[in-house]
Amino acid sequence: MIEGRKILGSVGLGILAVFVIVAVLAPYIAPYNPHQMSRPMEHPSSRHLLGTNDIGNDILSEIIYGTRVSLFIAFVVSAISMLVGTSLGLIAGYFDKLGFVIMRVVDIFLTIPRLPLIIVIAASMRPSIWNLIAIFLIFGWTMTARIIRSEVLTLRSRYYIDATKMIGGSDCYILWRHILPNVIPLVVVQFIMEAIHVIFTEAGLSFLGLGDPVARSWGMVLHYAFECPIIYVSDVWMWWMLPPGLCIVLTVLGLTFVGYALEETLNPKLKSPAYGRGL
Amino acid sequence: MTLLEISDLKTHFPTQSGIVRAVDTIDLSIRERETFGLIGETGCGKTVLGLTLMRLLHPTTTVEGTIRYRGKNLLTISEAEMRLIRGEEIAMILQNPTTSLNPVMRVGEQIAEAIRLHQGLRRRAAKEKAVEMLDAVRIPSPAQRANEYPHEFSGGMKQRAMIAMGLACDPALIIADEPTKGLDVTIKAQITELIKETTKEKAMLLITHDLGVARALCDRIALMYAGELVEYATTEEIFENPLHPYTRGFLGSLPGNGLVPIPGMSPSLIDLPDGCRFHPRCSHAKAVCRKKHPELIEVEAGHFVRCFDA
Repeated sequence: MIEGRKILGSVGLGILAVFVIVAVLAPYIAPYNPHQMSRPMEHPSSRHLLGTNDIGNDILSEIIYGTRVSLFIAFVVSAISMLVGTSLGLIAGYFDKLGFVIMRVVDIFLTIPRLPLIIVIAASMRPSIWNLIAIFLIFGWTMTARIIRSEVLTLRSRYYIDATKMIGGSDCYILWRHILPNVIPLVVVQFIMEAIHVIFTEAGLSFLGLGDPVARSWGMVLHYAFECPIIYVSDVWMWWMLPPGLCIVLTVLGLTFVGYALEETLNPKLKSPAYGRGL
Repeated sequence: MTLLEISDLKTHFPTQSGIVRAVDTIDLSIRERETFGLIGETGCGKTVLGLTLMRLLHPTTTVEGTIRYRGKNLLTISEAEMRLIRGEEIAMILQNPTTSLNPVMRVGEQIAEAIRLHQGLRRRAAKEKAVEMLDAVRIPSPAQRANEYPHEFSGGMKQRAMIAMGLACDPALIIADEPTKGLDVTIKAQITELIKETTKEKAMLLITHDLGVARALCDRIALMYAGELVEYATTEEIFENPLHPYTRGFLGSLPGNGLVPIPGMSPSLIDLPDGCRFHPRCSHAKAVCRKKHPELIEVEAGHFVRCFDA
């Protein structure tokens, strides 16, 4: 029901808010510098709440700083993807000839299997945050461009677009003032979808060792944990592997909940009882 | 004085099944401050004529002839020049008030748009003007209403808002495309009255199939059938002395005149009948009507008819 969605949305927002605060305030919250070394492989204690890793970094501090890296990549990639994807989608939907060209390019990108190519590119480049962001951006805009375009195709034939032409509005004016505000809800949902995708893929790439070894994201923490054979034979996994994994899951859940709640606010059709019963 | 002069205007759409001759050789002129009614059945090309005047048809459309507005040929000026004319000189009021307002934009802002686009007023000044316009079209508590969204307006109020939008820049000519379509009878009467008052000082091309509205508003009336004009004269002449069988049929189909329908359907604009386009439905059709296409002739001063019988 509607209430269910609202509650989920608030929960999601709460989770995201916590992570964002942690990311922003990392230097104040983290008990140690994540690169500072002390005794390795310490078990959780009052000095190191989640113990230390194989080279003596405080794991809690690592995870707190990792939040920064993971969220930063997700945010930057999603924001730029939305900017590019929405602009191209608007142009493609409104101008037929340009639209044809843009959509054929999108088709090419969509037929290429995304993950394998990302892995290949990431493996052949120097691992750094900026390279990761660049790789995600290659694909990030395509789906958004396509979705926005199809929405623009229906919007541009609405009578109020004609009405704006009647009063002398130019094409650019119509796109900016009338069509863009109508696709914003879609862009917001796409932003969340893209962020989820990036967080997952980034964690995966880092886990495979293709991430930035200096700016350690959650995925990178996992990568180092799995490189250390001890976690398979002792309890170390409980404070080294589980927490970053949970962080990834919680962030993705938070985003999904928010997306789910937004979906309804932005698409009032979902408010009908037929749809609401599912929850 | 002539404000708009249309001569030899043809608007054709190329389609896969042939050329659609939506507007075929139309000549008419509209004087300053005159209300000119264009009447015809659905699909006879009335709206296309309006859109042709605004130059808002699909780029594949072929338009021939001339449209002279204050000496300028609207068909040859650049798109940028045309944009300056739309809204400022010629405004069009569309036929679907419910869907002609952007649902995510406040009504006041939408009216202010035209003012900002043409008069370069600041947001606030334009907004004040928009509130004035809403007041002029008799919307109660306009300042508050200007901040509302279209879904908070009733159908009649939306049409009032559309009229306000059309009038916002004080254009010399208004093209009103079925401004009373889809409104119930009392609202229709109110809107008709409102249009009459607000456009007193302006020329208007009223596109409609509602003879009642046309009679109340128009100085002259033209009847359009299958893309061409079949009769035009002053409103009085049309109602007192209709000469074309189609005009008579149209008048005869009014509730007060016996509600007699015109038999048949208006022809496809792709495959027009030979001879007179109305002959398959005409009860007075003669041999000549099937073979020869009648010309528009002036039977009395200012009364033109396209019929061999007249």
